[in-house]
Amino acid sequence: MSKPETKCWRNDAYAKVTGKAKFTDDLKFANVLHAAPAYSDFVHARIVSIDTSAAEKISGVVRVLTAKDVPGLNRFGQIIRDYRIFADDKIRYHGDVVAIVVAETREIAIHAAQLVKVNAEPLPAVLDPEAAMLPDSPLVHENHGSNIVNTHVVRRGNVDDGFKQADFVVEQDFSTQFIEHAYMETEAAVCVPRSTDGVIEVYGSMQHPFSTRRFVAACLDVALSEIEVIGTPMGGGFGGKDDTAAIVCARTALAAKLLGRPVKMVYRRDWSMRESYKRHPYRVLYKMGVTKTGRITAVQCRIVADGGAYCSVTPWVTWRSTVQCCGPYAVENVHCDTFGVYTNNVVAGAMRGFGSPQMNFVIEQIVEMAAQRVGISGIEFRRRNMVRQGSVTITGQKLDGHKVAMEQALDAVLREIDYENKLAHISHGKADGDELYGIGVAMSYRGVSLGAEGVDFCAAIINAQADGSIFLETGIHENGQGSESAMLLICAEELGVDLNRIRYRRSSTSNIPDSGTTVASRGTIMGGGATALAARELKKKIAKAFCAKLGCSADEVRFKNNFVCGKSDTDRIAFADAMRQMWAMQKFPFALGTFKAPRVSWDEHTGQGDAYFTWVYGCQAVELTVNKKSGKVKLLNAVAAHDVGRAVNPEMVRGQIYGGMAMSAGYALHEEVKASGGKMTTLNLNTYRIPRSMDLPEMKVIIVENPDPVSPTGAKSIGEPANEILAPAIANAIFNATGQRHFSLPIKLGAIPEITCCEEGCK
Amino acid sequence: MKLFVNGMEIEVPASAMEKRIVEFLREDLDLTGAKNACDIGACGACTILVNDEPNRICIKLVKDFDGARILTIEGLAAPDGALHPLQQAFLDCGAIQCGYCTPGMVLTAHAFLLKNPRPTRDQIRQAIFKNLCRCTGYQQIIDAIEKAAPHYQGKSDGRGGA
Repeated sequence: MSKPETKCWRNDAYAKVTGKAKFTDDLKFANVLHAAPAYSDFVHARIVSIDTSAAEKISGVVRVLTAKDVPGLNRFGQIIRDYRIFADDKIRYHGDVVAIVVAETREIAIHAAQLVKVNAEPLPAVLDPEAAMLPDSPLVHENHGSNIVNTHVVRRGNVDDGFKQADFVVEQDFSTQFIEHAYMETEAAVCVPRSTDGVIEVYGSMQHPFSTRRFVAACLDVALSEIEVIGTPMGGGFGGKDDTAAIVCARTALAAKLLGRPVKMVYRRDWSMRESYKRHPYRVLYKMGVTKTGRITAVQCRIVADGGAYCSVTPWVTWRSTVQCCGPYAVENVHCDTFGVYTNNVVAGAMRGFGSPQMNFVIEQIVEMAAQRVGISGIEFRRRNMVRQGSVTITGQKLDGHKVAMEQALDAVLREIDYENKLAHISHGKADGDELYGIGVAMSYRGVSLGAEGVDFCAAIINAQADGSIFLETGIHENGQGSESAMLLICAEELGVDLNRIRYRRSSTSNIPDSGTTVASRGTIMGGGATALAARELKKKIAKAFCAKLGCSADEVRFKNNFVCGKSDTDRIAFADAMRQMWAMQKFPFALGTFKAPRVSWDEHTGQGDAYFTWVYGCQAVELTVNKKSGKVKLLNAVAAHDVGRAVNPEMVRGQIYGGMAMSAGYALHEEVKASGGKMTTLNLNTYRIPRSMDLPEMKVIIVENPDPVSPTGAKSIGEPANEILAPAIANAIFNATGQRHFSLPIKLGAIPEITCCEEGCK
Repeated sequence: MKLFVNGMEIEVPASAMEKRIVEFLREDLDLTGAKNACDIGACGACTILVNDEPNRICIKLVKDFDGARILTIEGLAAPDGALHPLQQAFLDCGAIQCGYCTPGMVLTAHAFLLKNPRPTRDQIRQAIFKNLCRCTGYQQIIDAIEKAAPHYQGKSDGRGGA
């Protein structure tokens, strides 16, 4: 294939760097109305009445919509349909929307929304997940019978025996916080009733056009074919443009359908922060048994995830935490109990990492603590327990279908950052000046794509035209990560044609089969897989049509440099000529490719099974200083190595890793959604602090490539693996700098006390 | 009152004087490159250049800009669509992911390089401190600004050859 002109290639970069890219709020439609949500000031209450009369009297208000205006299903949910499009029976959290006001201008809609009055009987707010699990707790969802959304277990070996074999037991409580995705573009939708056929066109900021379509259609009580979700550039998702984004689309579509006019609803940042779901806070009690030789004999853990007011994807998030509850270590005796819990806090749902950042914060500190008890280095401890080729995971899955690259990733990082030498210079609470120095490392493995969480398959369509130009479309959504570019690169490589021949067709749910959500770091492996299979299907058709002319068998036809070639490079037909001739032969150069994820299995009662069809491996390390007087942490340097299978667009792989590390640094040190009595107080980007350029160090990325046999392109995942280990690496580095362990996130340091003896290891 | 936007003289109607300038640009002039992402001047997605200085316009009114020379992202590329070297560097270095912060980031960097065409990486890091990006970790953005810097040496508008 011909290389792109620049070292990094994106089909949408020109439009984005010139301001021409049209995001949802940039789209203009004649006669458009504007909508704004109305909230109540309750956290948990039984609704008596909703009074919209004052809002309706405002000049310019066209209509106020509440639950009673929903013709179809007012319930939403990918697992349990407990989330109301409009709150009807109860207010379950401070972000519940009771109505939307539709008006001639945005200003009028916002003003009138504040006049919607909710008359309700307050109920005791359930804010602590542990208390919520007790039998006498008030219930968030009465008909669920309990505040426990779901449970998962792992039962492997016998932990009692395992702890008997142990010479040391390390036991510790950990907790993590709610964090916000903080995508730069807030939730937004414009819905347009098409006059010709009544279809509602949905333009919006979401990472799952198909489930948006499903929930919009259910809300409006219309067929899937009556809703068309059209791909629109999206200003970041990170797992966060799932449930809330779909609900925003559903409310907007309802208004457009009822009023027969285009309606736009663009979320203000404070609405987005207040209403949108967050990363789950976890409380984890973790106990690990180890021998004097540094072998892990048993792990027992109890995980409680605060799911907030609605189920969202809590069962799936906590499932990943359960499957990966021992990190990349082979442990023979494991007893894990996991609980997802309803509370009246803000909803928790999918966020980049999906249950792994919390667990890795725990595990990657526990292994260092255990190593210190044993008296060996954390690195050596990891080497003695990590998964290797042919290892069996804690769920009984043998890792043998792909290269198990855990040690490869670890070694790459240690070498690059010069870990062993630098470890000799850590301050451990003592330094002549004010700055304490530390270095820290963390690593993980991660199951690729959805695993036993769900149905996992994806479609791609390649439609070559008579002049040799080509349309490509896949069921994967462009969230900003560069998925379209990756698919185009794969398509060009497979077909042996220039990239500029291929145009990514603006995606539409009315054109391509439902390929699921663009989540779980599944875009490149699933969409790329489907693209490669579609290209191979197309090549078969072309080969069959021209093999006789090329004097070879269909199997011998090759595609390179914009030619369809026979056995020799001189027996060839230009690709464009071939397409023109196929048209004349009345043969369509068109192919549908479908990639189905290989089989996975899961036994919910034992927590055993082949949870994921393949795995990726990553390691990150960081150097930092901590100021003795202020406790201020300065990150000096960070290094990451990730096995991605194959890097389709290397500069974009690096971008994923840099961005993932940055977000993980924020998770470790700055980010925290704060609330008082269930009412959020961090409602904008001034009080919710995501990393700025000065907060971050220079970063170095090492891409490890071991093409995976189960992936048609060899490529696997990077979005989430990049985001799940810098926080524990920072925690380990802070320990090495200060001699203090921190078991809750974000890590808050005050003045560092002078220590005479470290809390770990000194016996 | 008048504005000079991307080299064009714009007569501002009296009815628009009290509008937020970000809305005037986006709605009245259809210059939607400047984004409204926080409404309080915290994120930098609305940044434009006013007399070569970065301004966060989501918190400012049209009437505050009488006679100002404004550059929005739409005005940085050449009229024939050829990218400014700084924009090209953003493409080359992989500095663009979702693209929502990009217009503000590019303009902030442009203003900085006009003043300091020989920056260190630390100075670049400091220069973009007020512009939030959630995708990139800023690494490739800093790479891009560093790569574009030589184009600003000698010629003031950054279009000089490196």
